[in-house]
Amino acid sequence: MSVQTVAQRARTTEREQASTQVMQRRVANGASLVLLIVLAIIWVLPILWSIDTSLKPESETTAIPVSWLASHFTFAAYITTFATTGLFRWYFNSFLTSAIISLVTIVLASMAAFAFSRVPFRGKNILFWIILAGIMVPGQILIVPLYTQMQSFGLVDTYWSIILPQLASPLAVFIFKQYFDGIPYELEEAALMDGASLFRVYWQIWMPLAMPAVAAVGIFAFVLSWNNFLLPFIMISGTNLMTVPVGLSTVQTSFGIRYAQIMATAVLGGVPVLIVFLFFQRQIVQGIAGTGLKG
Amino acid sequence: MSEVSLQAARTQTATTGRLKARRRQTDLVGIGFVLPFLIVYAVFLIWPVILGLRMSFFNWTISGAGASDFLGLTNYQQVFADADFWHALGVTFLFTVISTPLLVIVALALALLVNRAIPAKALFRTVFFAPFVLPVSVVALIWNWLYQPGFGLINGILTGLGLKEVGWLSDANVALMAVIIMTVWWTIGFNFVLFLAGMQQIPVELNESASLDGAGAWARIRHITIPLLSRTTSLIIILQVIASLQVFQQAYLLFNGSDGPNFSTRSAVQYIYETGFTTFRVGLASAMSYILFILILIVSIGQFVLLNRERRNA
Repeated sequence: MSVQTVAQRARTTEREQASTQVMQRRVANGASLVLLIVLAIIWVLPILWSIDTSLKPESETTAIPVSWLASHFTFAAYITTFATTGLFRWYFNSFLTSAIISLVTIVLASMAAFAFSRVPFRGKNILFWIILAGIMVPGQILIVPLYTQMQSFGLVDTYWSIILPQLASPLAVFIFKQYFDGIPYELEEAALMDGASLFRVYWQIWMPLAMPAVAAVGIFAFVLSWNNFLLPFIMISGTNLMTVPVGLSTVQTSFGIRYAQIMATAVLGGVPVLIVFLFFQRQIVQGIAGTGLKG
Repeated sequence: MSEVSLQAARTQTATTGRLKARRRQTDLVGIGFVLPFLIVYAVFLIWPVILGLRMSFFNWTISGAGASDFLGLTNYQQVFADADFWHALGVTFLFTVISTPLLVIVALALALLVNRAIPAKALFRTVFFAPFVLPVSVVALIWNWLYQPGFGLINGILTGLGLKEVGWLSDANVALMAVIIMTVWWTIGFNFVLFLAGMQQIPVELNESASLDGAGAWARIRHITIPLLSRTTSLIIILQVIASLQVFQQAYLLFNGSDGPNFSTRSAVQYIYETGFTTFRVGLASAMSYILFILILIVSIGQFVLLNRERRNA
């Protein structure tokens, strides 16, 4: 047997191995794709079914056996929903409070994070740890004292009772600090040589550089406060000041068993956040991934 | 003393003086930047924590009556003797023990699948993450409808397959399971995204060279991905347990503000809410909050220590 044939055979087995590996990988990829498609269908089914129900005539929603079809599809449920609930008002309340919370969170947290990242002041480490410890405080257990506090300020049943407790986010400080820590010093030094004040350095140099962090924190804070249920639920009793999640929680009992209408309300309640999500998915995901970085 | 050394000494005191002044200025500037946050943080986070502790020692009611009626530890004694509180704590515990592994393992599995080189990655990521951004009330409305007997979609599919209907909303044995399934659907996106972010930080070369050495997909997952994800996994478990121990709103809303069949879904936080806001005993409710708070702290610190040790040993 010549040397050449041995080498050739070795090469063929290598090639065969490679091709079986490619085959295996293809099969595995195919299998995981099929599995993912099945899971994805299960995941979207509840949303599709709600939309489907909301478009049916009320009398056909409770048909047995269940069917995706109806004699005809109609927007009647949406029209009644807008006419009979305070949905527009709830959108406005949610938008107003979430926008304020989001903006103030950005300013407060980025200023604090700037000092923690860039200014070597005394007591900095202790303060940073005190703020980080806030992440450990479970929000749900604060509802009773927060209510008493707002009562003593005379702010129950006002926007303030929703806004004030959501302004100081330790997590936002953390995300900003992570970001500031990663920006090189040189720029700042150049500006300081020019005699710029630290506040100008913060506002005109760091903040524009930190736009990705600003977006992540801002959008994340917006969605979190838009979706906050418990706080506005205990603070607000008047229909006029309710946010979307609180207002929606009242429709099940007030509509009775009118499922097309209930589902139309659910769809209308979910659409604004889903739109925000589709546009700003990256920022929301970064906001969450920021949580993961602290490990 | 010579002229020169005198001059040197004078410059030195001047410099240290200037240094000190600048130091003080830096301190002031630093505090100035932190102060706005710190004030809001102290008033609306630290103060409620202290106020809650104070309230738990008084016969405090929601109208403010009894705010000076000091009870000592009586509220705590009453809570510990209350069978309903223990039952609610049991519901919370059961929910946590079942939902945490599901929410961690399913999220990891989804992330592993989506992280493979498959088409339409972004679409899958969107699908699994989207429910997380829905308000809890929307989620509860949808699932209350899905779980209906007869004309509900889930029972409709079950009977269509020749299986028996399940009393998701009426059977005390499955009601909590109904809450858990809904919670997995709603919140899995959070853990899923954290896992995906963790996987992105694993160097691609590691997987490539292992693959060249003949390691199959499963071996790579077991020996590369999972060990390198241990930091992320520990964090997810800790965050998940803290979140699960606070379960309340989705269960409360799924059952239209009730306690579920035979109190089977009344969690600790729901019991705190009812004590504070329907029987108006906010002092008693604060004592319950503190017991839960301390429980959550112990569990999370315990987990932190345990998971850290395990990681160091691994």
